[in-house]
Amino acid sequence: MKIAVCVKQVPDSWAEKKMNGGVLDRQGVDAVLNDLDEYAVEEALRIAEAHGGNGEGGANSVTVISMGPERAADAVRKALSMGADGAIIVTDAALAGSDALATSKVLAKVIQGGNFDLVICGTESTDARMSVVPAMIAQRLAWAQLTFAGSVSIDAGTLTITRVTEAGIDTMKAQFPAVVSVVEKINEPRYPSFKGIMAAKKKPVEIKDLASLGIDPAQVGTAGAWSVVVDATPRPPKAAGIKIVDDGNGGSALVDFLVEKKFI
Amino acid sequence: MSEVFVLAQFVGDKVAKTTAELATCGARIGEVTAIVLAAPGQGSALASQVTNGKIAKVLVIESADFDHFGVSASAAALAYVVSEQKPAALLITSSAFGKELAGCVAVLTDSGLITDAVDVSSELVATQIVFGGSTTVHSRVCHGSAIITLRPNSVTPDATMSSPEITNVPAVIGDGAKHAEVISSQPPIAEGRPELTEAQIIVSGGRGTNGDFSAVETFADLLGAAVGASRAATDAGWYPHSHQVGQTGKTVSPQLYVACGISGAIQHRAGMQTSKTIVVINKDPEAPIFELADFGVVGDLFSVLPQASEGVKAHKS
Repeated sequence: MKIAVCVKQVPDSWAEKKMNGGVLDRQGVDAVLNDLDEYAVEEALRIAEAHGGNGEGGANSVTVISMGPERAADAVRKALSMGADGAIIVTDAALAGSDALATSKVLAKVIQGGNFDLVICGTESTDARMSVVPAMIAQRLAWAQLTFAGSVSIDAGTLTITRVTEAGIDTMKAQFPAVVSVVEKINEPRYPSFKGIMAAKKKPVEIKDLASLGIDPAQVGTAGAWSVVVDATPRPPKAAGIKIVDDGNGGSALVDFLVEKKFI
Repeated sequence: MSEVFVLAQFVGDKVAKTTAELATCGARIGEVTAIVLAAPGQGSALASQVTNGKIAKVLVIESADFDHFGVSASAAALAYVVSEQKPAALLITSSAFGKELAGCVAVLTDSGLITDAVDVSSELVATQIVFGGSTTVHSRVCHGSAIITLRPNSVTPDATMSSPEITNVPAVIGDGAKHAEVISSQPPIAEGRPELTEAQIIVSGGRGTNGDFSAVETFADLLGAAVGASRAATDAGWYPHSHQVGQTGKTVSPQLYVACGISGAIQHRAGMQTSKTIVVINKDPEAPIFELADFGVVGDLFSVLPQASEGVKAHKS
């Protein structure tokens, strides 16, 4: 089985994020592997390990796919040190400012060229937080869409997931090929071992540009974005509120506040 | 006048308040057509409830595929009517389902997409609050129908009642949308409390509850509030995941958010930062959540909440 895991390099969740000319300024902040993608890498490795292993002599392979600036290689390296076998990074100056539609177009193109059986993604990136790319990839590939999986099982070529959302829990099944997105409840991602970190340095990382994928630069990036930012402004910091120390009357003071604000 | 589609949303067989919120935004832009996706035979009962807000028409699309094939089937049917009628915009409520649906329809109809808007103007400019509440972004779609998802509770619904004309249209769903099959569905357990994303008031508990949500629940019930939980509390199994507020849970924007024993990790703040009024109860005076508080009590939630509950009872009587 050939498994692809789509990952994104994002600004550290704790970093202060700023907009620059309508796009997120990615230069000035620490960049890390999107937290939620670690669950996708872990699930891919677990699936591979449960069905004949990966790596040398294994029956499966796990390939990490990422689109981003060249330094996305750092985020990919983490996935490789967890145990993925190789990576494909799509990097091209024309990709800057891509929207989710363009991102899904590029990722789908890479997946099409790789003869994969299964694509696993996190549910969202912690920067854009749209939560749409996995579904868009499934649409573009016309593959089964098994998203928000809280568990994944594979039996005789059938994939079964439990879909966990605010609307409840659904059990869904499909045949390969499929796109699965996993929620963070699904597993506990492993820490890369020292051996894993050393091995990752030797794993193949293939760099592709738009020309090698046959994608017209006008269809992606700021040029091909089908939504445009009109303006972006920092919000004024919230005015300091009232803060009291409970001296035995904290609950009553709270009620007074709620009455004053007409909540009760 | 341009035409705007809004996707009517239902909780069980009752129309959700978010439908009127979508219609309110839609009516600023043009004439509103509400779309009702329903199981065969259920459409008219659902459509007859879509009356809140200025709604000119209701399009009912019935198919058993919506329940059997999930998001893909709904996306296919919706994309078909969008391609046929080319509305200026399609407005959908932000949720896991709503955003995925919007993404699929955007791909299928070659349209631009904006998610998690908190407002949409008559000029079709969407307002988003991003990066954990630090930045306001205005953007607009520049290709196809503007597909926009709107966060629940962000817009005050127009009180106008309409009696829209109801039309049935066939569901056009290709086999490509039927790859993933829903075998069984288990709706969230109803607890008699308001739905988290629709609630005007939310009382949330975190690590500081030590697993005992009784004080949080009692206070919530006295205020008619929904109960939320931090990731620490749901990870510990103290409260169901469906109640989690934050980056990997729900994004909420109630009139009043009461955070009890929640330190305020950035992932939690991302899910509640746009609440209109924020009250914090925490033993740790240094807890980052206090930065957001309009009213903060440094104290033990197990003494502050019961006293507050008694105070609310006394005030009501």
